[in-house]
Amino acid sequence: MKTAFANPGLYIRRRITNTLFVVLSFAAAVFGLVWLGLILYALLRAGITAFGPHIFTMPTPPPGMEGGLSNAILGSVIMSVLAVAAGTPIGLFAGTYLAEYGRHHRFSFFVRFVNDILLSAPSIVIGLFVYEVVVRRMGHFSAIAGAVSLTVIVIPVVVRTTENMLLLVPNGLREAATALGAPRNFVIKAVTWKAARAGIMTGVLLAIARISGETAPLLFTSLGNNFSSSDLTQPIDSLPTRIFNFAMSPYDDWHALAWAGALLVTATVLVLSIAARLLEKKQRT
Amino acid sequence: MFVAPRAGELAPARPSGTALLTDISLSDQTAEFAARVESARKAGAGDFRFRVMALAAAVAVMVIFAGVIVSLLAGAMPAFRAFGLSFVVTEAWSPTEETFGALASIYGTLVTSVLAMLIAVPVGIGIAIFLTELCPRPLRRPIAIAIELLAGIPSIIYGIWGLFVFAPWFQLNVQQPIIDATDGIPVIGTLLGGAPYGIGIFTASVILSVMILPFISAVTRDVLETVPGVLKEAAYGLGCTTWEVMWRVALPFARTGVVGGAMLALGRALGETMAITFVIGNAHNIDSSLFSPGTTISATIANEFTEATGALYTSSLIAMGLILFVITFIVLAAAQLMLRTMEQRAGK
Repeated sequence: MKTAFANPGLYIRRRITNTLFVVLSFAAAVFGLVWLGLILYALLRAGITAFGPHIFTMPTPPPGMEGGLSNAILGSVIMSVLAVAAGTPIGLFAGTYLAEYGRHHRFSFFVRFVNDILLSAPSIVIGLFVYEVVVRRMGHFSAIAGAVSLTVIVIPVVVRTTENMLLLVPNGLREAATALGAPRNFVIKAVTWKAARAGIMTGVLLAIARISGETAPLLFTSLGNNFSSSDLTQPIDSLPTRIFNFAMSPYDDWHALAWAGALLVTATVLVLSIAARLLEKKQRT
Repeated sequence: MFVAPRAGELAPARPSGTALLTDISLSDQTAEFAARVESARKAGAGDFRFRVMALAAAVAVMVIFAGVIVSLLAGAMPAFRAFGLSFVVTEAWSPTEETFGALASIYGTLVTSVLAMLIAVPVGIGIAIFLTELCPRPLRRPIAIAIELLAGIPSIIYGIWGLFVFAPWFQLNVQQPIIDATDGIPVIGTLLGGAPYGIGIFTASVILSVMILPFISAVTRDVLETVPGVLKEAAYGLGCTTWEVMWRVALPFARTGVVGGAMLALGRALGETMAITFVIGNAHNIDSSLFSPGTTISATIANEFTEATGALYTSSLIAMGLILFVITFIVLAAAQLMLRTMEQRAGK
């Protein structure tokens, strides 16, 4: 009978394969980290040189002139606030339905399925949908249409996290409240929502992070605007579409502003993601 | 006899248990009892309203989904009526002559996604194995978080970085040497031939692979953690190497989940828009070289939609959006079914 020891060739081959595998796994991790490092380095280098208070105070300039990104920042904030204000309640209630009322219902299975599809669906398709439903009806691009498309992106994020976080709430809490005679809506509002508060906030933060960098659906809903506007029925600027337009332009000073905008968007998204992660950790412990 | 308490009374804690007993004994008195019944009825109505609101929100999610399909179908109808099946099998894309064929875009979408998967799947699984088995414990969380940050960086940032930083470097240091080295070799020489533009299908695929990497590694890591410790310990106990434990025991156990995670990443890759729009070159043709500029469905829509003049042009772009949605739907649905199966198995 041959064993590994009786066959040193096999033993060495196995060791070599294993070493190779360990090295390759390590290389894979390094590969991922190097990309992150390179992107953040380029962002910081090109972004910081172009950064300054003028980014927040001056509107987008014509080529060759001095300017900032104030109209783009204002537009992004307006649309994000509207989208979160509209999307959070719908997402919260839908997630609550999935976790509290229809947990094992067949209908919930379909809602969960559809929600997860919407969560990963190409955002540009969402833009086409809103174009058909809102822009075409109104006859022109508008801040409202942009906010609607962002709302459609917010909802599935909030639904998914809300459901997950409500499922973490121990059933004993619900049973205890119900045994005291509390009606179901009271149990949900005063007990489960309260217990899952940090988790639900996580979902909202993730949703804001998600829409902060969202560009594709805004291209043909809110369009963009070279001037400051807070009129919701008119086209409005946003940071991501502005970065796209400026980066694709042939002017160096526009490129610099695009980098500054990119740094601002990335910083916002990363801070929100990290805050969401911390909150989620708090929820889970 | 059971009497439902008033909803509002539950919020403040009662001072003592005796108060509750007094309440119940009092409730037989008619006036108090009627008030109780009334408040219970109100609480019941509120409960019903709340339930209906929750249900309505869940229905709203379904309505949005149906709305996407219906509106895209309606918008795509003129294009499908004008071109029929030839829309998906012809390459011609000429706004001036009003002839539109989506083949070049569909080709670009599929090729970039497949290339990105070829890079990202092995690397993503490698990262997941590194994090679950090889990495020193204190470094695990920071590295996992760093990899996941890659998923948090918005698409447009990958785009601007790819255009200004990666493409010029890639053109000079990778494309040119490869083109020179493979020139004259059949098949490979054609696939990797042409002029070094920097931007193109291959560049887009590389950027895309980095974007989907965190999805694959995160899902793989999750499913690898569901592999029972005793399985791995048993294999190690028999004298298996780490590679053998991973390849023959852990990965087969987690197979469904790994494939599900890869499909989820594929769904993302197919629909990815902004990063690709920056670096693919937006050329409506199918070239034999992977280094040549091309386009994808999403990049075409992003580039041309606002400039599309004429109903047929707009409709053709929406029709491409519908095709993209159908493809991603199939991929994502398959991914979900696999991940669900995995979850159920982990739950048991």
